[in-house]
Amino acid sequence: MRLPCPICGERDRREFYYQGHATLLDRPAADADAGAWDDYVHNRDNPAGETRDLWHHEAGCGAWIVVTRNTVTHEVLGAVLAEKAKS
Amino acid sequence: MRVAGKGLNPNGAPVSFTFDGTSYTGREGDTLSAALLANGVRLMGRSFKYHRPRGVLTAGSEEPNALVTVGQGARQDPNIRATTQTLYDGLAARSQNAWPSLKYDAMAVNDLASPFLTAGFYYKTFMWPKAFWEKLYEPIIRHAAGLGALSGDAVEETYEKAFAFCDVLVIGAGPAGIMAALTAAQSGADVILVDEDTQMGGRLLAETAEIDGQSGPDWVAAQLGALAKMDNVRLMTRTTVTGAYDQGTFGALEQVSEQNAPLNTPRECFWRITAKRSILCAGALERPIAFPNNDRPGIMLASAVRAYLNRWGVAAGSAVTVFANNDDAHRTALDLIGAGVTVAAVIDSREDAQSLGDYPLFSGAQVIATKGRLGLKSITVQDARGTHEIETDCLAISGGWNPSVHLTCHMNGRPTWSDDILSFVPTDNSIPDMTVAGAARGNFSTLGCLEDGISVAKATVTSLDLKSPQIATPAAEDDPYSIQALWQVDGTGRKWLDFQNDVHVKDVKLAAQENFRSVEHMKRYTTQGMATDQGKNSNVVALAVLADATGRGIPETGTTTFRPPYVPVSIAAMGAGSQGHGFAPERHLTSHNASVDRNAPMVEVGLWYRASYFPKPSETTWLEACNREVNVVRNHVGVCDVSTLGKIDIQGADAAEFLDFVYCNTFSSLKENRVRYGLMLREDGHVMDDGTTARLGLNHYVMTTTTAAAGQIMKHLDWVRQALRPDLDVRFASVTEQWAQFAVAGPKSRELLNSILDEQIDNESWPFMACGDVGVAGVQGRLFRISFSGEHAYEIAVPARYGASLFGLLTTQAEAMEGGLYGLEALNVLRIEKGFITHAEIHGRVTAFDIGFDRMVSQKKDCIGNTMSRRGGLLDAEREQMIGLKPVENEHKLTAGAHLFVEGADAVSENDQGYVTSVCHSPTLGHDIGMGFLKDGPNRYGERVMLVDHVRNNHVLCEVCHPVFFDPEGGLARG
Ligand SMILES: [Zn+2]
Repeated sequence: MRLPCPICGERDRREFYYQGHATLLDRPAADADAGAWDDYVHNRDNPAGETRDLWHHEAGCGAWIVVTRNTVTHEVLGAVLAEKAKS
Repeated sequence: MRVAGKGLNPNGAPVSFTFDGTSYTGREGDTLSAALLANGVRLMGRSFKYHRPRGVLTAGSEEPNALVTVGQGARQDPNIRATTQTLYDGLAARSQNAWPSLKYDAMAVNDLASPFLTAGFYYKTFMWPKAFWEKLYEPIIRHAAGLGALSGDAVEETYEKAFAFCDVLVIGAGPAGIMAALTAAQSGADVILVDEDTQMGGRLLAETAEIDGQSGPDWVAAQLGALAKMDNVRLMTRTTVTGAYDQGTFGALEQVSEQNAPLNTPRECFWRITAKRSILCAGALERPIAFPNNDRPGIMLASAVRAYLNRWGVAAGSAVTVFANNDDAHRTALDLIGAGVTVAAVIDSREDAQSLGDYPLFSGAQVIATKGRLGLKSITVQDARGTHEIETDCLAISGGWNPSVHLTCHMNGRPTWSDDILSFVPTDNSIPDMTVAGAARGNFSTLGCLEDGISVAKATVTSLDLKSPQIATPAAEDDPYSIQALWQVDGTGRKWLDFQNDVHVKDVKLAAQENFRSVEHMKRYTTQGMATDQGKNSNVVALAVLADATGRGIPETGTTTFRPPYVPVSIAAMGAGSQGHGFAPERHLTSHNASVDRNAPMVEVGLWYRASYFPKPSETTWLEACNREVNVVRNHVGVCDVSTLGKIDIQGADAAEFLDFVYCNTFSSLKENRVRYGLMLREDGHVMDDGTTARLGLNHYVMTTTTAAAGQIMKHLDWVRQALRPDLDVRFASVTEQWAQFAVAGPKSRELLNSILDEQIDNESWPFMACGDVGVAGVQGRLFRISFSGEHAYEIAVPARYGASLFGLLTTQAEAMEGGLYGLEALNVLRIEKGFITHAEIHGRVTAFDIGFDRMVSQKKDCIGNTMSRRGGLLDAEREQMIGLKPVENEHKLTAGAHLFVEGADAVSENDQGYVTSVCHSPTLGHDIGMGFLKDGPNRYGERVMLVDHVRNNHVLCEVCHPVFFDPEGGLARG
């Protein structure tokens, strides 16, 4: 499996660290209610189909990226820098 | 028997080898199985379950029977297929699964007991009583049934891994693969052509058919010559594509050398090949027919008989018979007669079969029995006229051909049944960007393969926006494939399907009868197709038998799933480069050599190696050395390498704001040239890590992390900056390895430093928690007045290239003032005496509240973990909170990992009050001390609790106390 790092190009999956769903980009305000924080920290969907995940190019440029892929076909559909992504 | 003048290498040099201790001579270019057949050896192994005598069935990697062991000790290689083992001078091969010998195998009694050892036997018989399984049944079964054994020694040989990339990967170099590669290469595409054999050409090396008026092997050699001249083509022989994976990734195993290669020469290389397109030209495999006792040595596939004859010049018998349901019967007979080998009979199950040459033909006939325990002696043939016994030492069989669809199934593809060829063909688009050509999709004539290779490659290069070249199709035979269904023959005796796992027709019928009718259930109930050959020869026949037994058609019955790897892959090849230091490299400190010179035991801390203690000649235990080192620090001065701590250099106009966001306490208020302790939380409110961060300038900080969390924190900072706070102007870099850093601790620490610093320091210029640049013998370094021991202490850092020299200087100076080095053990005692936490305490489940630091979590700002840390459950007084522990009796020993109970309560989990995280013997206090967590701990100082360690059987009555045992006011560090 290879992921398209927007900075380095297509690289082997072993260079990346997997974090989880891109939900983590949407950090609630400090005073948001408990439900919002619970959803942010703990609750994730498990979709059959397209999903957006966070990966860290740990053994590469150090960029956090948002990868869109399909959990059914395993297709990797694209990636953007987390720095520029809004989910 | 060798046939003079036949084979691709008729004048090859003699090669001597042994099999089960007997010496033989083969010929250069032979496989082990070819050389054994050339010497008249037909018995090559014993079967897995019944220990039936078995000979070689095939001439390729699908071989189920002829498995041998090669080599001794660490170089012992079991389950080598004799059909793929290249012969070399001195090769010593041994048979497997036979005792005391291949001819007189004692365990062959299993064969007599076979009526009791039917399918599902293990499940039915050995299930009860349960305890008997482990103690009795399993060892007996394991002893009786088996393949070759590993030596148990670590592998000594070299294995490699490698990566390759191409536009077009062509898998298989028979007629279809060669034409596909030529076509793709002429379009300008980067092409890799792989083939599992030592020589490319596929069936063209084993058949007598001509192409463009040339012999098959000559035509192959000419095409390979043309391919080899092209810069955009890579030819890989002895490389088996073992799996097809996502995004055009393929695993491939290359056999690089034989067992006699020097140890530094790779034996195998595991490739990961990435291809934009792939063309599967894997050919087809012949299948047997199930007739009674069809497994005797000397019975083999017709295609193998032709391969041994045409490629290696070996006649598999002196009076050969052929039994088939297709034209392979006649092709085989003609090849043998052409080479002067006697053909005793051709048995063709088709009523309308016509003789094509001078051989006795039995049409509409079947083989119903065979004789010859250790080697075939005769067969019984039945036709309309009656039965006929024919003497023969080799029976060539063909039940038809199965396209090698395996790789197309590796991503959940299911093959499609074809009534034309009575087998499965690949389903289109089973693997993205892969097309199948030639016999692998049921195109069985030579011309059909050549044409298919060209047309598939043209379509492939067109899809890559390359120009499709003009290429002529060579002239070749285009005989129709004529086959009539014949899966099994009636008659008494076992009709073997899966030769390697000893599954016969009755087993499959029994599975159906006991309602294991699904093909996947039948497979597991009978073990059909579950051996190392994955049932390459047998699965389709077994399916046909199951379909028949359940009254369904074969397409409805379906197939089992082929999974990677296509052939067995040694773990050594898959894990190449990942053993020893390849698995865990060693990180050495600049003080490493000096520490080793002083006989310090070096202990692993992650990948780092740190000195545990520095023993004196008079000391006999680690504890003596540790106690001395603690006393040296408390009374004089100690030096310790602390460079393993993570160091992150942080700069930028918003560096302070960034730190305020990642630490739960505040750093924007920290003055320049000052250090502050910081606590980091995870977003869920639990403690992530701690450390000190120094402000070297207005917009310049250097953060330290714990050794264990250095990588994790770097990743976390990257995350926060890029994903959560891209608005901040801040950059950082790990500088852990750029700086060597040493703790200098003890009452004489300033005195020691003043002996080496370019400018003197005092309490005014360097108060507690001060930091800044200093000169050390002309080198610019950094000095931090921080203490992890509670003593008046510093950490001094210099660029790593000066580390070894500074360590030597500090050691000399310290020893001149009754001080010395201290290691990790003493460091740990010093910090426990002072109640400082490490990851033993902040183990992932504790909060700032639990360690008494909840007031550090700023109320005035947002930061990572702030909101979630205020959840009620994380601030509950009943939570286990950090405490100190000391034994009520001074001489009692504490143990870490023990649990705490109210005195007198049963030591069971319901009564659990807490646990112990760190313990040590304190030479300063003269007894053991510990740190741990206890429910409502801070309100229970003075209370007695029972420490219970069920693992070490330790019960100690302890007093709960404040976790800071030494200098609780902190005056020493400030003084
Ligand atoms: Zn990158």
